Amino acid sequence: MRHAFSVRIGPVGFRVGSDWRAPIDQLADLYRDYPPPDDGVADFNVRLFAARPWRRFIRPAVTIGGDFMLPDAAPLPLAQGLLAAEMGMNLQMALGQRRYLLLHASAVERDGRALLMTGVSGAGKSTLAALLSLRGWRLMGDEFALLDPATGMVHAFPRLVSLKNKAIGVVERAAAGHRFGPLMAGTPKGDIRHLVPDPAAIAAMSVPARPALILFPSYGYAPATRQIPQIESFVRLTQASTNYVAMGERGFSALTDLVKRVPSLAIDYPDTDTAVALVEDAWANAGAAGCAA
Amino acid sequence: MSDGWLLARALRSPGQTLELDAGAWTDLLAIARAEQMIGTLAHRLNALELPGSVQRILTDARASAEQGRVAALWEAEVARRVLAPLGVPVVLLKGTAFVAAGLKAGQGRSIGDLDILVPRAAIDAVEKALLRNGWEWVKPDPYDDAYYRRWMHELPPLIHRDRDRMIDVHHTILPLTARITPDADALLDDSVEIAPGVRTLSPNDMLVHAAAHLFADGDLAGGMRNLWDVHCLIEEYGSDGLMVRAQQHGLGREMKRALRLASALYGDAEGVSPVDWLYLRRMTARDGWGRPRRMLVRQAFYIRSHWIRMPPTMLARHLWTKWRKGAADRGSA
Repeated sequence: MRHAFSVRIGPVGFRVGSDWRAPIDQLADLYRDYPPPDDGVADFNVRLFAARPWRRFIRPAVTIGGDFMLPDAAPLPLAQGLLAAEMGMNLQMALGQRRYLLLHASAVERDGRALLMTGVSGAGKSTLAALLSLRGWRLMGDEFALLDPATGMVHAFPRLVSLKNKAIGVVERAAAGHRFGPLMAGTPKGDIRHLVPDPAAIAAMSVPARPALILFPSYGYAPATRQIPQIESFVRLTQASTNYVAMGERGFSALTDLVKRVPSLAIDYPDTDTAVALVEDAWANAGAAGCAA
Repeated sequence: MSDGWLLARALRSPGQTLELDAGAWTDLLAIARAEQMIGTLAHRLNALELPGSVQRILTDARASAEQGRVAALWEAEVARRVLAPLGVPVVLLKGTAFVAAGLKAGQGRSIGDLDILVPRAAIDAVEKALLRNGWEWVKPDPYDDAYYRRWMHELPPLIHRDRDRMIDVHHTILPLTARITPDADALLDDSVEIAPGVRTLSPNDMLVHAAAHLFADGDLAGGMRNLWDVHCLIEEYGSDGLMVRAQQHGLGREMKRALRLASALYGDAEGVSPVDWLYLRRMTARDGWGRPRRMLVRQAFYIRSHWIRMPPTMLARHLWTKWRKGAADRGSA
């Protein structure tokens, strides 16, 4: 491919190739504090290309390709090339990752213990992870938590935090001086702006954490916290995992272990300040901050 | 510039990969994935001291292939249970047959659909039994459905509604429109029971099937993997009586070509004929990003695949129908 950039995010190396320079320059800038893949060998390839040669120049349309792809992914305009790259990386993980059980969740860490937050799109995973990371938590990722079946540990995957629509303003106000990517308006998911994780989160991205609490946040309700039974948590997490079926027995064991060991709570919240308070409360009550998680 | 030969050389002489640099490794892994051979590669390189990252990726590929093997065998077992009451022989084909028989060709092999062969006389009963047990039609289009039933060597593909796995029920190994007519009765008669109620083709017929699939049916997509199957089967079983059998099925020329090309890619053959070279150009047409290359050669083989599958007037009618349907779909979209 004409332009290429390689990067390691958590334990996973990517090589992104593109017919255009712009998305690669943006990646190289926003991921400048990240290391290259281990030994220079990427786990996954992402390709951004013009479906027809002339579409490189005339109304450029970025088609996403890679080692693993879904058919019928619609191309994006060149101005959203960075988004295409990020979507491509997520797709490789969702479809191709077999080392870790993938949970579609955000994860933050404190005192060596991880808090996982999962829920439907719009539940506030990314916003909460970003806000907590600005309040002393270490950001482990806002898209995937990587559960290692061999150890039960969660590995960080702190790619750019993908903020959508209203969350962009909320985090922009809270994150004075932080680095943001370009604002991409009118994408298939609405407005999107990426936040670069802080240097400490990037520096510590190879350090896994033991999961201590699972939260299922829901935005738009009166404040409430309730326990989620193990079996319900298990079912919700199978639905939140993109490779649960493909992992077979290893995935089943990893997930049953997780829900047995780690308490699960649902929290409802009307606004982000309330949410952060509820999370801190739940964390304290779960004993996760103490020694006996 | 990298192409499929990078993968072929790694499979042929695993030790050579110790010389690869990071860029070549990344290319090799991308090509192996694109050819759906990364599990095969992982098994082949198992004993080597490789860079840590490569070791990790290949370990994952082995685990993934192992899970694929379990799922494929389970799918075969479910089909066996459903079809056992019919009392007809059910023969596993391709990847599932290789892993069920514990063959070298099955090590790390990626397996998609379950392919089985049943007697043509039993095809209606087999279809009904599958439909009663959770399999459903994939293609709702009446033209496609009628075309399959009248002219193809298999039922239109069925998919299981719970497990989301496809089954291809064959009654012979080439389309009925093809100029070559393999001896389907002989395939069944000489099939081998490898476990109670589980059969595979005889070793020679497995090889003939691989050759038929490659050179008398398809456009050579998946050719590298297919020839690896041929290479492994020959290594394990030898080639006694193979050519006689291939000629009995009308596939002598195709079998010879498969042996020559397998040997050129994975064996010790030096030099190939100009026509063989063209086939190899097509099969190894990947770049270091796993993308298809050499579009002209690919297109030529694609057209050829249709040409050898159908008589000209029929091909024209088929393409015309497909094009009209396509135009109608495009118009309504």
